[in-house]
Amino acid sequence: MPDRSRLAATRRLVLAALAAAALAGCHASSQPWHATDVSGSTPDLSFDMTRASDGKTVTQADYRGRIVLLYFGYTYCPDICPMTLSHLAQALQQVKGAAGNVSVLFVTVDPARDDLKTLKDYAANFGPEFVGMRGTPDELATLAKRYRVAYSVHPDPDPAKYVVTHSSALYAFDRNGKARLLSTPDRSQDDLVHDLHLLLDPGVSA
Amino acid sequence: MRFRIARALPWLLGGLCLGAGVHAGEADHIHVSQAWIRLLPGDLPAGAYATLENDGDQPASLKGASSTRYASVMLHQSSHEGGVNRMAMVDSMAIPAHGRAALAPGGYHLMLMQAAAPVKAGDTVKVMLHFGDGSTLDADFLARPANATDAGTGTEHTH
Repeated sequence: MPDRSRLAATRRLVLAALAAAALAGCHASSQPWHATDVSGSTPDLSFDMTRASDGKTVTQADYRGRIVLLYFGYTYCPDICPMTLSHLAQALQQVKGAAGNVSVLFVTVDPARDDLKTLKDYAANFGPEFVGMRGTPDELATLAKRYRVAYSVHPDPDPAKYVVTHSSALYAFDRNGKARLLSTPDRSQDDLVHDLHLLLDPGVSA
Repeated sequence: MRFRIARALPWLLGGLCLGAGVHAGEADHIHVSQAWIRLLPGDLPAGAYATLENDGDQPASLKGASSTRYASVMLHQSSHEGGVNRMAMVDSMAIPAHGRAALAPGGYHLMLMQAAAPVKAGDTVKVMLHFGDGSTLDADFLARPANATDAGTGTEHTH
């Protein structure tokens, strides 16, 4: 009876799928993070860029011992970038111990237009934790590739036609530079606050 | 003959006025609230936001805006499809009859470029909104710092 055996095989497959779904469900409910957990699947923090606030070349080593949030954007972005950074700033204000322990690295995807002064002033608007970072096109490409961040810049003498796109990903790294979370700007502030609390808890990031 | 036209004139004019009343401009039906501007440092462009409420029986469309304080004002829309942010110029934003539409962070917004003189947080900036039928409406937008959010109280001005 080939039909019956095929039916049985199908039934087994369905059962297996249901079991897998149930397991995944259990896993998801015991999952402490609200954003996407990327531990083990995303490379450690690594970069080489110029820090806008003091013009120094810095790397991941300069941020050891701090929670690092990595976000890509550009200063001529009047809408999504400042909206995202403002929400982050508000979330940070709600998290005890965030001040002095968290750095938000705002990496420009448009280093040709974003000079260090503009980048510094832009980042400073959101609080002392916010740091503008500018790399050479190569340094930027390396970092973006490492975190699968897409960006494109189409310069035009007419600022109205100058088009920049960038991935909205927000990565979180623990004090040891291990990638932990991937979030997006549409995630709620409560989620951000929740995850920042967990990241700052030494029991979690140790 | 001439006499008869002269006598009819008030009636004709009256008819015209009535017609104008029935087909009032889109702007006459739009109420603007929560109008504010997010300032960025230096010469960087600013984003402007507002809620537009249409109490008319006809849909309205915002086509663009202008301001004496900025060299250029454009209607833009941000999107984040597939996790990628982009911002593009758009031709119009529809405001449904007896409905509302918002220029809000992460969506439709006005991009204000090249301020004639520096605009400071707390300033009120007059922005003229242009609608599909050519009618216009002045609205006062409150300038707020870069880290302002839509949860703020950038209120004022109804038409």
